[in-house]
Amino acid sequence: MTAGRSFRLASGGLVARDAPLRFSFDGADYEGLAGDTLASALLANGVRLAGRSFKYHRPRGIVAAGSEEPNALVELGAVGRREPDTRATTAELFDGLSARSQNRWPSLRFDAMAVNSLFAPLLGAGFYYKTFMWPASFWERLYEPLIRRAAGLGRIAEARDPDRYETVHDHCDVLVVGAGPAGIAAALAAARAGAKTILVEEDFVAGGRLVADRREIDGVGGAEFARAAQAELAGLPNARVLVRTALFGAYDHGEYGAVERVTDHLADPPPFAVRQRLRRIFAKRCIVAAGAIERPLPFGDNDRPGVMLAGAVRAYLNRYAVTPGTRAVVFADNDDAARTLADLALAGVEVAAHVDPRPGAAARLTAASGVATRAIEGVVTRALGRLAVTGAASVDAAGAAWRVDCDLIAVSGGWTPSAHLTTHLGGKPAWREDIGAFAPGALPPGMAVAGAAAGDFGLADALTGGWAAGARAAQDLGFAPPPPREPKVDPDAPARASTLRVHPGARGKVFVDLQNDVTTGDVALARREGFRRPEHLKRYTTLGMATDQGKTSGPLGLAELAALEGREVSDLAPTTWRPPFTPVAIGALAGAHVGPDLQPTRLPPAHAVAVEMGAVFVPAGPWLRAQYYPQGAESGWLEAADAEVRAVRAAAGVCDVSTLGKFEVAGADAAAFLDFAFANPVGALAPGRVRYGLLLRDDGMAMDDGTVARLAPHRFVVTSSSVGGPAAHLHFDFQRQARKPDLDVRIENVTSQWAQFSVAGPRARDAIARVLDPAFDVSDAAFPYLAAGEARLAGGEPARLFRLSYSGERAYEIATPAQWGAGLFRALVAACEELGGRAYGLEALNVMRIEKGHVAGSEIDGRTTPRDLGLDKFVAKKKDFVGRAMLSRPTLLDPARPSLVGLRSVEPDARIVAGAHLLAEGAPFDARHDLGHVTTFGHSPTLGRWIALALVKDGAARIGTRLRAVEPLRGHDALCEVVAPAQFDPEGSRLHG
Amino acid sequence: MLLIRCPYCATERPEIEFRHGGQAHVARPADPSAVDDAAWSEYLFFRDNPKGVAAERWRHVHGCGRFFNCLRDTVSDRILATYPAGAPRPTLGAEGAR
Repeated sequence: MTAGRSFRLASGGLVARDAPLRFSFDGADYEGLAGDTLASALLANGVRLAGRSFKYHRPRGIVAAGSEEPNALVELGAVGRREPDTRATTAELFDGLSARSQNRWPSLRFDAMAVNSLFAPLLGAGFYYKTFMWPASFWERLYEPLIRRAAGLGRIAEARDPDRYETVHDHCDVLVVGAGPAGIAAALAAARAGAKTILVEEDFVAGGRLVADRREIDGVGGAEFARAAQAELAGLPNARVLVRTALFGAYDHGEYGAVERVTDHLADPPPFAVRQRLRRIFAKRCIVAAGAIERPLPFGDNDRPGVMLAGAVRAYLNRYAVTPGTRAVVFADNDDAARTLADLALAGVEVAAHVDPRPGAAARLTAASGVATRAIEGVVTRALGRLAVTGAASVDAAGAAWRVDCDLIAVSGGWTPSAHLTTHLGGKPAWREDIGAFAPGALPPGMAVAGAAAGDFGLADALTGGWAAGARAAQDLGFAPPPPREPKVDPDAPARASTLRVHPGARGKVFVDLQNDVTTGDVALARREGFRRPEHLKRYTTLGMATDQGKTSGPLGLAELAALEGREVSDLAPTTWRPPFTPVAIGALAGAHVGPDLQPTRLPPAHAVAVEMGAVFVPAGPWLRAQYYPQGAESGWLEAADAEVRAVRAAAGVCDVSTLGKFEVAGADAAAFLDFAFANPVGALAPGRVRYGLLLRDDGMAMDDGTVARLAPHRFVVTSSSVGGPAAHLHFDFQRQARKPDLDVRIENVTSQWAQFSVAGPRARDAIARVLDPAFDVSDAAFPYLAAGEARLAGGEPARLFRLSYSGERAYEIATPAQWGAGLFRALVAACEELGGRAYGLEALNVMRIEKGHVAGSEIDGRTTPRDLGLDKFVAKKKDFVGRAMLSRPTLLDPARPSLVGLRSVEPDARIVAGAHLLAEGAPFDARHDLGHVTTFGHSPTLGRWIALALVKDGAARIGTRLRAVEPLRGHDALCEVVAPAQFDPEGSRLHG
Repeated sequence: MLLIRCPYCATERPEIEFRHGGQAHVARPADPSAVDDAAWSEYLFFRDNPKGVAAERWRHVHGCGRFFNCLRDTVSDRILATYPAGAPRPTLGAEGAR
């Protein structure tokens, strides 16, 4: 076994040897260095088994060195910070990092679920579709729980995410994606030209292949070149380099989505720092320099820990100074292998064999690199070993079988341009015969590609191409472009990608998609069953549907399908890439909009007073409103609300109605406008009067209701419901701007500018008189029912007074500018209490409106007409108004339509609840016998019963009969009496009392 | 996100400041009682669903609060023109005719 030994080279790499970091993996403690990823630190400690696979629970190791990693997915953090499926290859090491392997039980080395491998023939493509079909009665009880238990990789966090996230908006001229050679050159060109430039890099180090390979540019090492460029850009006022920032999507109109990992790499994040930051970047030009992704090669058991992409092997050697093995076989079919051979030899790793199927290539490259190894012209047919690679079986061109002992197989099938971002807006990749790969095709407006992402794999081409793209983008935007650059670099070997087929001599499973456990056998099976197009193959086998979106596996799957179909890969359409390029935490997308901050909470001006009074609050749309004000021994809402209703009916109560939508409507045509906007004739109102107002939609349904007061001939104050305020505002504005643009009228939404309180009860006038300027005459002669006017408070503050009643009692609504709202509420509460009354909340308000049969939002539900609600008596007969044309439609006049009735329980304690369905006595409980539903309910202390409003078929005809109100979810079933909506004081005599 | 030019504020602002308001150029009959059922239902319920250029009503709800009209390509999601409510639908050049 390798653990316990250090695989760190004595020198080299971008790691800080003076900064050792402790970390743990599956409970064992290890040491890494600053600059390591979790993957490089594990390899440095000889840990090569990183996890278990999704379906067959096969042992898996580290395949790549970047975000394309399909295999080494681990769980980081704990409780609310637990993060499953983190790629070890991108997780930056910090002191104290604790990681666990996934999908194994009881341990990584011995996993009981690995028996799935034995049943592999049963778990092939389309397994779920075929197995869990019959009988249907098993779906919910057996199949779903079974599938849910087996499905998914990793464990989701069970607790609320304790971290903070934020969203920022960035604007720039040129956005460059990827800080490899092409991206650096592009950013330098654009920034030196003066363009506002942002360079984003998902890695924590800029450079791309410049830090993974040993390169030289104009006599400077690649890593040094990248560092110098980053420093130059950071020093320019018009440029920014954002590392640890993954660009995950391209969107409309030049918007790009990126997520910056702000504190994920810190052992002790500073307090109040955000964990991740979503960056919405708006760029006039975008240069995609996202590089290329290396392809694996297909052979038997190509998923064994120790089978690694050759480019990743070089990254571990050069960037991290870690040897991922001690004895390597290099299996490649392109000339890039020369670099792999040389780097392995330089690091002192024994190269046991170099396998290349191309005639003469193995011998040629081996000789050129000067590495003493066995050159085999052939292919690897199988990786040997189970928990780790122990050897490679291969077959040469002459048909001779070789078996080479090794613990590392470095594979390369060439490179595929990373075209993902170019397809997010619907673009299709185009086949490039010269590179043997799909490259970006038609690009969205404002986007360009450069470097390996454009299929220019050579370093010189990447630098000149990137520079040219940056210069062109700057020039497009009116900046003088910098002169072209011709950097001197060490030569590149051309690396055309292959479409190598699986050798007939391959034994064992040949994996196409490592993360979703899709094999060549699955591809063949899917094709036999008729799934012959890449998009169908993808969905049937899940090939490319894992979190890596098939970054490494996609080309293998296409090649395999093409071979089976007898077609060229170039004839197939690759499957579509969609955002996100790499997984993005939901928390980052939500930003600050979580929990109570999902939307702003609106508080009325006197909220603090209600808090002091111990009120219990309830959300009403965006508002937080007092539901009830418990006093003394009152234990809950029912006792408190009962007492509040009794206090109003006996003396006086005050309720905060500041949340009502309030609008000032003024102008010479204000009356004409309101007549059009409201269904009832409000324009005929005399100055100094107020009345009910009903709003309809164009289709004749009730939209909202409120009041209209005329303060002066050309000045009105209009209210809407609390929750309906924004919709009413939209309605008014739309009618004014779109339908009546020629009327002289102005509308202002003054909801937040005014505090407003309802004072109700037989002694309401006494209460109101105590807070008003004594000079104001509130006698019934001077201020009768439905009077409205401007007044002053006792302290001289401006006020508006309306004599309106929702409770059925003598009542007033008094408004004052918001800054005096809290003071007025305090004064009114004191006045009511002195008179034997008290403050009342939403619950008591609701009970009293049910007693009086007044409708609210639960009845005005978008499906009810004025007639259904018993409001047709208010509707104007002569004038045109919004919604009028529909009111005479036969269907809306059908007497069988559900209409408003009151209900009261026959037994005093039988609770009627909202949402209960209404049935005739003795009728079975099914949809056919459903007569309607309860819209709102409450307990009436006045009537000593549970009461409700309901919408019932043939409502008027049922008054005097009995119905059952059944709510099976919570087990309510109450026998009720159907009554007229106004159950209490139907004559309205108390309004004047 | 769409960047939309408000014709009243005369600036390009992000989509979140705006609210879509349905099809543009749908005129309410001047005298609803004078039109037949077909014309009224056409006005109330029937809307275009073009693949290509659509004339839409938008409102700069978190800005000036005013309604304006907009030509948007429903395929590319590009905004081709914005113009004040009441103005005639502009004719597009070669770019908008795609």
